[in-house]
Amino acid sequence: MIGLENVCRSFAVGDSEVRALVDVNEQIENGEHVAIMGPSGSGKSTLLNILGCLDQPTSGTYLLDGREVSGLDEAELTEVRRNRIGFVFQFFHLVSRLTALENVELPMVFAGTAPPERRARALKAIEHVGLNDRADHRPDQLSGGERQRVALARATVMGPGLLLADEPTGNLDSKSGTQVLDLLDRLNENGLTLVVVTHDPAVARRADRALVMTDGRIVRRLRGKELESIQGIGPGIAPGTTDVTSVST
Amino acid sequence: MSLRDLLRFAIQALMGHRLRSGLSLLGMGVGVAAVIMLTALGEGARGYVENQFANLGSSLLIVVPGKTETTGALPGMGGAPNDLTLDDFEAIVRRIRQVERAAPIAMATTTTSHGELRRQVAVIGTTKEFLEVRNLSLGRGVFLPEGDIRRGASVAVIGERVARELFPGQNPVGKVVRIDQWRMRVIGVLTSRGTQLGVDVDELVVVPVATAMRIFNRSSLFRILIEARAQVDLDTTAKSVVALLSERHGEEDVTVITQDSVVSSLGSILDTLTLVLAAIASISLGVAGIGIMNVMLVSVSERTSEVGLLKALGVSHQQIVAAFLAEATLLSLAGGLLGLTVGFFGVGVVVGIYPDLPAHPPGWAVAAALAVALVVGMVFGVLPARRAARLDPIAALARR
Ligand SMILES: Nc1ncnc2c1ncn2[C@@H]1O[C@H](COP(=O)(O)OP(=O)(O)OP(=O)(O)O)[C@@H](O)[C@H]1O
Ligand SMILES: [Mg+2]
Repeated sequence: MIGLENVCRSFAVGDSEVRALVDVNEQIENGEHVAIMGPSGSGKSTLLNILGCLDQPTSGTYLLDGREVSGLDEAELTEVRRNRIGFVFQFFHLVSRLTALENVELPMVFAGTAPPERRARALKAIEHVGLNDRADHRPDQLSGGERQRVALARATVMGPGLLLADEPTGNLDSKSGTQVLDLLDRLNENGLTLVVVTHDPAVARRADRALVMTDGRIVRRLRGKELESIQGIGPGIAPGTTDVTSVST
Repeated sequence: MSLRDLLRFAIQALMGHRLRSGLSLLGMGVGVAAVIMLTALGEGARGYVENQFANLGSSLLIVVPGKTETTGALPGMGGAPNDLTLDDFEAIVRRIRQVERAAPIAMATTTTSHGELRRQVAVIGTTKEFLEVRNLSLGRGVFLPEGDIRRGASVAVIGERVARELFPGQNPVGKVVRIDQWRMRVIGVLTSRGTQLGVDVDELVVVPVATAMRIFNRSSLFRILIEARAQVDLDTTAKSVVALLSERHGEEDVTVITQDSVVSSLGSILDTLTLVLAAIASISLGVAGIGIMNVMLVSVSERTSEVGLLKALGVSHQQIVAAFLAEATLLSLAGGLLGLTVGFFGVGVVVGIYPDLPAHPPGWAVAAALAVALVVGMVFGVLPARRAARLDPIAALARR
């Protein structure tokens, strides 16, 4: 379970201060599927990074499974990132010199999993994202959609309870985007808590509920039928060109 | 994480960034090889100089005209001294008991020819004792004959290379050679010996001393070589010689050099050479170190985003540092070995071209070069990774 209380994050840029998150309060229950929307620069990625323990709030508290993250030391943070959280990036971030299978194995290599078990689990994860026949390909030999599916396999291979995805389909065409989203849905159905940042209303509509952000604040919370009414841009259009926060009631 | 996985990850990383790894290897290899080759050359120069004087013979005294005021300065730089003459030579042989044998030396450079073939050579006029005093031997024929030193026969003994060049494919013994305007019969060929005391024995022509004086139209000697009896004190012998010649000349105007005095006056030169050597080594080590540092700093800093990714995947700070340390260590080892190979190969080539140069790198230079490559490579391979691992994952990930 995730709890955010008055979470702020500001960046010092030269002499001025950029307030990327302002007093964010939110609860996300286990097994929920939440979408985060909002215009470019509204703080979506910043929020997701904090949820993923990749970044720390400037002030406020972030409770992950009842533990305050800012109170964790480096070793505990590492353990949380390794076992509790899976992260999928917009730009995949695969290691280009390693094959798809080796990329999926990577977290287990550093977690000290024995090689035979490692291989078996990685193969299973690769199979789960439908890429058995691409296991030996390096990222530059894969399409964007395939790369994101490898990244997804890598994010889930350690069996995290929380999966965070920052515009996972932002660089994909609609067909491969749909494949990735279907996989995400399936993971969520199996109990994984899922938080997805997206510009795409179609992506957001798959969620149980959506948080709409503007200028670092959560300005709207939509659920159920309200999601249907989100208007905006289709996939493939540059993010931030259309206001996706407008909701017709 | 097991050591095997760690090494595998490191090797994959090295193989995955061929250009970077190659450049790092090159930087280290060149650095280490430069240190090895430069110090080997310095050491070779030093050894060469030492060798020149080491086989002078420990009982050898050299009388040169001119008085040196202080030890260490070159003889012959004083005022205009009296000439050394054949009379002086005979007086030494007759009057100084400690002398085993002695040879007068008159010397000049002149043209020697045989038919169309000609070349410049150093002509030495001396007596038959020269052979033993200088520890030379004959390859062919005989050396200068015994006899009245004031009546020079028209005979010559020639060096090995002179023989080869003036009499290609022939036995020069019995043939006639022209020295300046004088015709001499070749009676012997010296065995090849290389350079000694700055004189290349292979390029010498030796004639009786009176003959040389006739050729050069000169009555003075260049030097007198004295071989002292075994077990006599060289210093007292030298003093007796100086006393005798001072008495004959009416003033002290000769210098007697022993191997010890040469070697000790050479000492300061050799010390300077050693210093220069150390300076060359430190400069090349410094250059190598900075080169290695730059390559490592740049290539590891470029991977800040990889460090960010690893952190995001839950890899600990220590594991990241260990991975980059393994990588830097492997790379530095390989670079060091490459440098060693290239360096020793280069030294081998130099020695192949100049066999007289005893060029070999001193052990300390090899050790220091390897140590610098390893330490600098490891430190600057790990520092940027450590710095990147301290960042929040997202900050590291965002850097290109
Ligand atoms: N490292 C940083 N340094 C300074 N400012 C930053 C940094 N990261 C983010 N910001 C600022 O914080 C604000 C929120 O950024 P964030 O990346 O969270 O936006 P976003 O909602 O994800 O936008 P997009 O839809 O374009 O990805 C922006 O104004 C951005 O310029
Ligand atoms: Mg973003």
